Amino acid sequence: MQVSSSLRESLITGGKTVGDVSEDISRQVEGKPTQLWWMAFGVSTVLLLFGVYCMSITLWEGIGKWGLNKTVGWAWDITNFVWWVGIGHAGTLISAILLLFRQKWRMSINRAAEAMTIFAVICAASFPLIHMGRLWLGFYWALPLPNAFGSLWVNFNSPLLWDVFAISTYFTVSLVFWYMGLIPDFAVIRDRAVRMGHKTRAAVYNAMSFGWSGGAKTWMRYESVALILAGLSTPLVLSVHTIVSFDFATSVIPGWHTTIFPPYFVAGAIFSGFAMVLTLLLITRKVFKLEDYITIYHVELMNIIIIVTGSIVGIAYITEFFIAWYGQVPAEQYAFINRAFGPYWWSYWCMMTCNVISPQLFWIKKIRTSLVSTFVLSIIVNIGMWFERFVIIVTSLHRDYLPSSWSMFYPTMYDLGEYILTFGFFFCAFLLFAKFFPVINMAEVKSIIKSSSEKKH
Amino acid sequence: MESNKNFVLGVFDDEDVLLHAVESVRGKGVKIHEVYSPFPVHGLDEVLGYKRTRLPIAAFLFGMTGTSLALIMQIWMLGFDWPMIIGGKNFASLPPFIPVTFELTVLLSALGMVATFLIVSDMKPYKWPQQFDLRSTDDKHIMAIDLANNKLDKSAIGAILKESGAQEVNDKNF
Repeated sequence: MQVSSSLRESLITGGKTVGDVSEDISRQVEGKPTQLWWMAFGVSTVLLLFGVYCMSITLWEGIGKWGLNKTVGWAWDITNFVWWVGIGHAGTLISAILLLFRQKWRMSINRAAEAMTIFAVICAASFPLIHMGRLWLGFYWALPLPNAFGSLWVNFNSPLLWDVFAISTYFTVSLVFWYMGLIPDFAVIRDRAVRMGHKTRAAVYNAMSFGWSGGAKTWMRYESVALILAGLSTPLVLSVHTIVSFDFATSVIPGWHTTIFPPYFVAGAIFSGFAMVLTLLLITRKVFKLEDYITIYHVELMNIIIIVTGSIVGIAYITEFFIAWYGQVPAEQYAFINRAFGPYWWSYWCMMTCNVISPQLFWIKKIRTSLVSTFVLSIIVNIGMWFERFVIIVTSLHRDYLPSSWSMFYPTMYDLGEYILTFGFFFCAFLLFAKFFPVINMAEVKSIIKSSSEKKH
Repeated sequence: MESNKNFVLGVFDDEDVLLHAVESVRGKGVKIHEVYSPFPVHGLDEVLGYKRTRLPIAAFLFGMTGTSLALIMQIWMLGFDWPMIIGGKNFASLPPFIPVTFELTVLLSALGMVATFLIVSDMKPYKWPQQFDLRSTDDKHIMAIDLANNKLDKSAIGAILKESGAQEVNDKNF
């Protein structure tokens, strides 16, 4: 029995029954992919192949192929890393934190958002891996393995090592959480395949569902596991971007050496993650005709989260400036004035416009309930968040302690190529997910379809 | 052909009717084998009289294992096996070990609990479950009653199921 207010409107529109849910969602998996899907997949594959080419050259010849120099030793690689990890925050936030807060509107969007999280984290991890140069030795540098370089262990005092643990744990736990949610839905497709007489499909989906039976005892355990995974994932989500921000905050570089980085990075991550979820879901909902499951109400609620996190990020930018002035450290003051008015002024103002001003438009109800403006703003927010990381990283590095080593960063084709690689991978993976996996959590959505006792009101 | 396992199935399509039916069927002394649902029905485990799962305890124990392993690993590696002066800090100081300890706690807790769940629920990729009714993953709740565990015969149980609101009453033999 679901306890919910009879005043609140149903989250699923169109008078759907429990049977309709299985039919609407499974049909996408059972049918042949559309022409549009093949076109999108083709384009993504081309991007991926170009990226693989650039990556291979970089691995063969070394990271000198990138535009890095002695002063700016970190640029697009870490910018893209932080950007993708940030995007990867929305999925687990939606499924874990909103589960603990009993926000039922998460149910239509959590599956796709979690899939996005997993693919985004893979994209993110590729940058530090490629930046290692000799990737195949990375195990010894990143994991506490005894090695032949002397019995020298990894440095557990380093935030870069904390990142290894944070990102790999986050990836594993998100993957497990996502897969747990998929198990009952794979069983739906299996049983439909048995009824339709598709033997192979039934066997494949049965294997993927681990022989799910749907018994009351299994459901009871399953719900307990889901709740605990949510409880574990909640601090985990917050810890991941906190640790990513430690990469900068624990250093002594002016512009990085800031104590507000952890909460500021986490808010920024949720901000960009929700923007990416909106970009992808608005397309998915249109292509797969899921208008009754992902309604304007869902879009509006996500836009409200964007206003909240966007405003936190805006306040963080202003606080940084204030503290630089108030702290009276000349190097820190210079770093911030250089950020806004130095040679990279354009990236700073691009970030300010996209991240601080544009989400404020969502205060207007017409804009936050319009699909077109939401789609456009969601892309603008992600451009802004990319520039935020670029501003923090490159503008803090390019003016070194000695003016003789001051320099600029100019990306090469290989910098761009590896960014394109991750886009190619991300969209290929998302398209494959949308074709072979149920894009909406059927079991959860079925549980919020009103039962007889609620219909009487 | 007489097979060795005979079940009577009650088919329900509404979770409220199902919950009352489970209570009334059990009230009449009929033992229910299991109820299969397409989604979790809240309160069903209570009316079926299931004990609360002990998976949270498993999660806690796995988590503690992760905490201990992470601390032992870091303190031993940097404090005893190969001490190095890093930034003038102590060889084994606790604060920088917190992030890795936290991550390994979460990792082991999550993986251990899910593995325990799969083992206790006997779920494996190569196993087919006992499928009483294929609609139980679509839109019907199926109450399965094992005739071998009950004194009443098939028609008596069928009557009780009908009376408590079952839409259909079917047989299933394995």
